[in-house]
Amino acid sequence: MSAFMPIDIDIVHVARLARIDLHPDELESYRAQLGVILEHAAKVQAYDTSGVEPISHPLGFTNAFREDEPAPSLPRDEVLSAAPEARDGYFVAPPTMETE
Amino acid sequence: MTWEPVIGIEVHVELLTSSKMFCGCRVSFGDPPNTNVCPTCLGLPGSLPVPNRRAIEWLVKIGLALNCRINEWSVFHRKNYFYADLPKNYQISQYDHPVCVDGWLDVSGPDGAFRVGIERAHMEEDTGKSIHLGEGGRIHSATQTLLDFNRAGVPLVEIVSKPDIGTPPRARAFAQELREVILTLGVSDARLEEGSMRFDANVSLRRPGGPLGTKVEVKNMNSFRSLERALGYEIDRQRKLLEAGREVVQETRHWDEEAGVTQGMRTKEVSSDYRYFPDPDLVPIVVDTAWRERIAAELPELPAQRRARYLDQGVDPQTASVLSASEPDLRNLYDQAVEAGADPRTTALWVTGEITAALRRDEQLRLPAGGELAELLTLIEQGTVSASAAKEVLAGMLAGEGGAREVAERRNLIQISDSDALSEVVDTVLAENPDAVERYRAGEGKVLGFLVGQVMRATGGRADPRLVNRLLAERLG
Repeated sequence: MSAFMPIDIDIVHVARLARIDLHPDELESYRAQLGVILEHAAKVQAYDTSGVEPISHPLGFTNAFREDEPAPSLPRDEVLSAAPEARDGYFVAPPTMETE
Repeated sequence: MTWEPVIGIEVHVELLTSSKMFCGCRVSFGDPPNTNVCPTCLGLPGSLPVPNRRAIEWLVKIGLALNCRINEWSVFHRKNYFYADLPKNYQISQYDHPVCVDGWLDVSGPDGAFRVGIERAHMEEDTGKSIHLGEGGRIHSATQTLLDFNRAGVPLVEIVSKPDIGTPPRARAFAQELREVILTLGVSDARLEEGSMRFDANVSLRRPGGPLGTKVEVKNMNSFRSLERALGYEIDRQRKLLEAGREVVQETRHWDEEAGVTQGMRTKEVSSDYRYFPDPDLVPIVVDTAWRERIAAELPELPAQRRARYLDQGVDPQTASVLSASEPDLRNLYDQAVEAGADPRTTALWVTGEITAALRRDEQLRLPAGGELAELLTLIEQGTVSASAAKEVLAGMLAGEGGAREVAERRNLIQISDSDALSEVVDTVLAENPDAVERYRAGEGKVLGFLVGQVMRATGGRADPRLVNRLLAERLG
């Protein structure tokens, strides 16, 4: 199996999922860049991993918990200080319904 | 040919922990906006989530109560999507290794008992709250969205039923039973109107025994009634489409309570692509046998067990269901009164009837102790107070006037069952109503009722009616 499988990338879909508004001229260059990354991942996938236990985390421990005890939150002025727009203690955002 | 509805329910339950799922911010409903937030629940760079141990324990508790298998090993995933109420642009959730899988819940519905399979129950975090501003507050015409992240990161358990439910009334009964289980576990306040328990439904139609049809997800049902109504409407809508030879479109529809219809969301038709992957910020959860057993040992008596016990104790089925769904304080009152020797059937009727009604009129009422209620029921049983006077005694007890006998004496409600004392009253009444006595003797039997009434009136309603009847019969006979 070749490590350089042709990789089919729907770059318009990927851009949409990431909410990045790409100009048509940019699509090709992003498709190529993403292709390089995926080809690298394909190389890794080419290794024979039969007999290797799958892991979901590289650290070898489990159950890192905190106790259910409240800790102080941030002052609201500080919370909203980085917001592009705030009103009456709320963040203000553009309408969030995606309508056609 | 008929169509058969297939319904599955998805439930979200906010856990009432003291702090959020992955940070120490308080879980508190109704606080001023954005006052319970920190870098972690706002998704600021460099912050790290650390899971709340109690939330995991409560999820295991829910899983055990729903007869689920508890996976020894489970993992948090990131569910990626963009929405203004989701500050990190992903929700920490669980995907292919949830904590609880493969359980069931027995439900007693309007048409008998049935079992609903539980696909899974997993841990995730809630989103923030959005307020859509604009013309008429309609979501479609909003011009701005206000965001409050106090709810973002609140521990949320998602419970998914199997598509096992055949009718809207059964869906409602399942939802109600599940809420009772959650309340009994004490892990959430499960308030539908405040959104701490939320129901979504998947519904499709098929030919009996045939393959599953296209399913539609229905959202935005804020009461058990609207869950039932929305499903009824949606089943009807799909049936009409299919009978007209048209197709059901797979989509999410919102229930409009006022209009009584479900409506499509008119969103761009991009299929969900959440790109789940294990969250590198979080290590796996291991619930070993020892931990699981410790949690299992803490499980309280569940609603189904409770109802079975009430029935065993002699309570009728209808009252047993009402009592089981009553507030914990009322159920404890029942238990304590029965323990103090009161008859279970009568106790259950008083607790679900008179006492519940009084509590509805005034939430501040102090409930009597179990022993006090038992005392009142004994007074009725022994004929010391009449059933109607007992209601007044109870009112006095609830108003803090003292124990049953004390109130009965102070309010002069002790029944006169001393035949010497009553005889005098009876004789007086007979002497004052020679007319009635005459008519009775002439064979007009119903006059007896009038004479009994006169005696009751003369004693302020305190005479023991059985004794009055006997004394009158003796004198007139």
